[in-house]
Amino acid sequence: MAESSTISGNRGLQVEEKLIFELDNPGALAVDLPEPGPIDLDRMGGVARRASTGLPDLSEPQVVRHYTRLSQKNYGIDTGFYPLGSCTMKHNPRLAEKMARLPGLADLHPLQPQKTVQGALEVIDTLAGWLKDLTGMPAVAMSPAAGAHGEWCGLMAIRAAHEDKGEGNRRRILVPESAHGTNPASAAMCGFTVDPIPAKANGRVDLDALKAKLGPDIAGLMLTNPNTCGLFESEIIEIAAAVHGAGGYFYCDGANFNAIVGRVRVADLGIDAMHINLHKTFATPHGGGGPGAGPTVLSAALARFAPVPYVAHGPGGLELVEGGRGGAKPFGRVKGFHGQFGVFIRALAYIMSMGADGLRQASSDAVLNANYLQASLGDVLTASFDGPCMHEALFDDRFLKDSGVTTLDFAKALIDEGYHPMTMYFPLVVHGALLMEPTESESKDTLDQFIAVVRGLAARAKAGGADEFKAAPRLTPRRRLDETLAARTPVLRWKAAVG
Amino acid sequence: MSDMRFTKDHEWIKVAGDVGTVGISDYAQHALGDVVFVEVPEKGRAVAKGAEAAVVESVKAASEVYSPVSGTVTAGNQAIVDQPGLVNESPEDAGWFYTLTIADPSELASLMDRAAYDAYLKTLE
Amino acid sequence: MRYLPLTEADRRAMLAAIGAKDVDELFHDVPPSARLAGPLDLPRHQGEMEVERAFARMAGNTLSAGSAPFFIGAGVYRHHIPAAVDQLLLRGEFLTAYTPYQPEVSQGTLQALFEFQSQVAMITGMDVANASMYDGATACAEAAAMACRVTRRNRVVLSGSLHPHYVETTETALRYTEMVAEALSPDAIAMEDLIGRVDEATACVIVQNPGFFGGVRDLRPLAAACHEVGALLVVMVAEPTSLGLFESPGAMGADIVVAEGQSLGMGMNFGGPGLGLFATRDKYVRQMPGRLAGQTVDVDGRRGWVLTLSTREQHIRREKATSNICTNSGLCALAFSMHLTMLGGSGLARLAELNHANAVRLERKLAAVKGIRMLSQSYYNEFAVHLGDDAKAAEVVDRLADRGILAGVPASRFWPSWPELAPVLILAATETNTEDDMDRLVAGLKEVL
Repeated sequence: MAESSTISGNRGLQVEEKLIFELDNPGALAVDLPEPGPIDLDRMGGVARRASTGLPDLSEPQVVRHYTRLSQKNYGIDTGFYPLGSCTMKHNPRLAEKMARLPGLADLHPLQPQKTVQGALEVIDTLAGWLKDLTGMPAVAMSPAAGAHGEWCGLMAIRAAHEDKGEGNRRRILVPESAHGTNPASAAMCGFTVDPIPAKANGRVDLDALKAKLGPDIAGLMLTNPNTCGLFESEIIEIAAAVHGAGGYFYCDGANFNAIVGRVRVADLGIDAMHINLHKTFATPHGGGGPGAGPTVLSAALARFAPVPYVAHGPGGLELVEGGRGGAKPFGRVKGFHGQFGVFIRALAYIMSMGADGLRQASSDAVLNANYLQASLGDVLTASFDGPCMHEALFDDRFLKDSGVTTLDFAKALIDEGYHPMTMYFPLVVHGALLMEPTESESKDTLDQFIAVVRGLAARAKAGGADEFKAAPRLTPRRRLDETLAARTPVLRWKAAVG
Repeated sequence: MSDMRFTKDHEWIKVAGDVGTVGISDYAQHALGDVVFVEVPEKGRAVAKGAEAAVVESVKAASEVYSPVSGTVTAGNQAIVDQPGLVNESPEDAGWFYTLTIADPSELASLMDRAAYDAYLKTLE
Repeated sequence: MRYLPLTEADRRAMLAAIGAKDVDELFHDVPPSARLAGPLDLPRHQGEMEVERAFARMAGNTLSAGSAPFFIGAGVYRHHIPAAVDQLLLRGEFLTAYTPYQPEVSQGTLQALFEFQSQVAMITGMDVANASMYDGATACAEAAAMACRVTRRNRVVLSGSLHPHYVETTETALRYTEMVAEALSPDAIAMEDLIGRVDEATACVIVQNPGFFGGVRDLRPLAAACHEVGALLVVMVAEPTSLGLFESPGAMGADIVVAEGQSLGMGMNFGGPGLGLFATRDKYVRQMPGRLAGQTVDVDGRRGWVLTLSTREQHIRREKATSNICTNSGLCALAFSMHLTMLGGSGLARLAELNHANAVRLERKLAAVKGIRMLSQSYYNEFAVHLGDDAKAAEVVDRLADRGILAGVPASRFWPSWPELAPVLILAATETNTEDDMDRLVAGLKEVL
């Protein structure tokens, strides 16, 4: 640290930034508002605010600088390669941002008379059409707000379908041990109990073990495909048949849909419900943790239980259906209004830009890129499974054995090299997992540079550079942070100093 | 320490008369990492053998503490609530979780002694 | 194709390195019966110009709020957003970042979330707030479940002041659980007896303030009644700018405050995405759903931020987690925080005053329309009116839309089978409404009523 110490604590372009509360400049304004007309104390219910909120006052230049500096402490896809397995960090096209800001779509209220929002309903209907066509499924619930919300939506439809048949006692749901944590959490919210199923040595579901777990109390199966090890479930059609044969439904976690768009329709695999993360597969920005969107496609058996609202074609144009209609038995409503409309616009702009040919090429390139990583790193890292992978390559920490370097240390060293780490310690079924998903957005040149860096780091780790790895990262705005302190003595908000 | 008995879930119980003291083993605290939060049962609560009696959390893991035997809680250890790090520093002594009056001493027979537990840990490697 | 960097030469070279003949070989695990031989019979890729044309056509087939006198609220509010907010949101380091699980490369997002949590706690008068939920409706459902966890009871009372979407979303969320939602009838005149519904079996009462029909209530007596029997008071705020003018729910005794944050920083976007705010007391923080950013230090002792208390969440607790939520509304939270930072304490108070003053002005102008009767005794920037016994608010709104006026929400949109609500219209006025807008609305109403 000594050679880089400065008077200010800043380091060149890395500028230290206080909290907004510490920048408070009482009397400053960043928004000029007109003089209010008269208010009516009689109309205020006797609960006018007494104490001030205590929020700080800043001017516009201060605010702009604050957030610009904060942004510079972040890594984004715009910054560089983001090989985060199971997260599909692909390029976010800026055309989509531009379309989402058209006043004719952005400046609409969800409760305007429907004849004044036909263009917006057309956006929803067109996107719904693409999602149905790409999956081969007859229906899609558009309103779920994110992947986990879509999982829950699909499971609610499954529960409603069982209840409708008088089989509400079907409460047990099978979930592989390698599943995302959202799967069991979503199942629990529908009143299901989770029964784990094991994988075979080749990373796929053990069909015989699954069959042994089926029975009259089975509600269904939740399975990610391609699975969380980055492998296609080759016996998926037999799996679906077995689950259906036992009277259950088949939920597919669509987090990894990017591997197969345009190459496989999930309807042809026997799936009854699958959510689609628009913020993964269809290139809408992750935004530092959302908003996402999780439209959920449904089979004919589940379609009539889809939640409200949905868009339908009526005599006078498109209609938003808010209650059950015809034979529909919606299980309810999953959120306010009509879904993540702003995300829909972006996803549709991406889909229309790519077209059927481009989407197929994208999944092909995503799989090609992942296999290229696997093939180019297989001799220095340890791949967890033999044979080609789908859109992500899974390695474990055997290559670090006796080096003193952990998966975490290895990932942190990548940060100093200018890369976002891969997904670590997930899936849980392999030891010290390193899961790399390059997506189709990366050029061969980017991959080659990354491969060279990973090979170099692996060589360093094996040559006894553990201390260096333990100290990484060194070049970031903050180095490793004390998570134990954060959890033992939680400081979750700023508070004014007393006195 | 020969009076200490262990479960397969890595709880221990130390017995003195009809009173037992319960905690988690050194192996368990090591597997969890830095303990950041614990929840201990209140006095008077009835706990059954094998049922959830306390909670222990590290930054990346959460685990239930299952009662090695049935009984009625006589005290929870406030010291580890205030200072969860004690579970790491002194898992089999100052980092105890709760004490209870043992309802059925015959339940102790199914637990492992130190030697059996050590042998069991070897099978987990 | 402009988003795909690989060239044909690259693909050939990479296949050679892998040792595969073609890409199809990499898909050999897919059952042959499920393999598509070529692209689906759907439109092909298009350039920016073609896509822009298609969207311009759809965007042209709407009546946007900015091109009409506009008085719609009911859970989504039209406010002026300072230009800097959207410009800053477009910075790629915010826009294209993932959830900040790697704190060393995410200090920007984490510090912004810490500031957001602090701001939400301050305006709601609570101890602690999370890093966001999907929207107000789902936050409301999560609050019901949390109150049941805290109290170990399972009965949830939903006030008739609650937005009907919040009621439906909460009922749906509880449908297949041990929890039971008891929803009261819509309460257009703020006369319901909530205190009489609270007893020793009640986990919580959820009440909206200002209410769906506009009314503002002193919640202190209700809070006291809840606490007396060990129940929690959950307060929903659908219009957070109101907190600049009214007593905070925390100051009135709320145990959990949930809110829809769309009003600040985000446009209306046809109702989505929203932003769920969630705040509570320190003692309940471990029962709270959602992510939390917390302060700590790095190995050099410098202050920094991390995601913390994660053992509550699905990726660790799985089926025992407090919620299944993973992706939340990160960028919306950032937008909310930026807007609130630009307003500051004095700006928020001024904005709230402007909103209330414009609603007062609207009420006074509407007094000139024969047959209109005010239903709300108190309000912030939104109130309910009765258009006359024979009037149908939905028809009135429809005819005004033909005249280019977006005149509020008819209650029948939510309760089509309640004849007594057919004449009820809910109108909102914000700082964006001009005197001319109001005059055009009044003139229009005189014509169609």
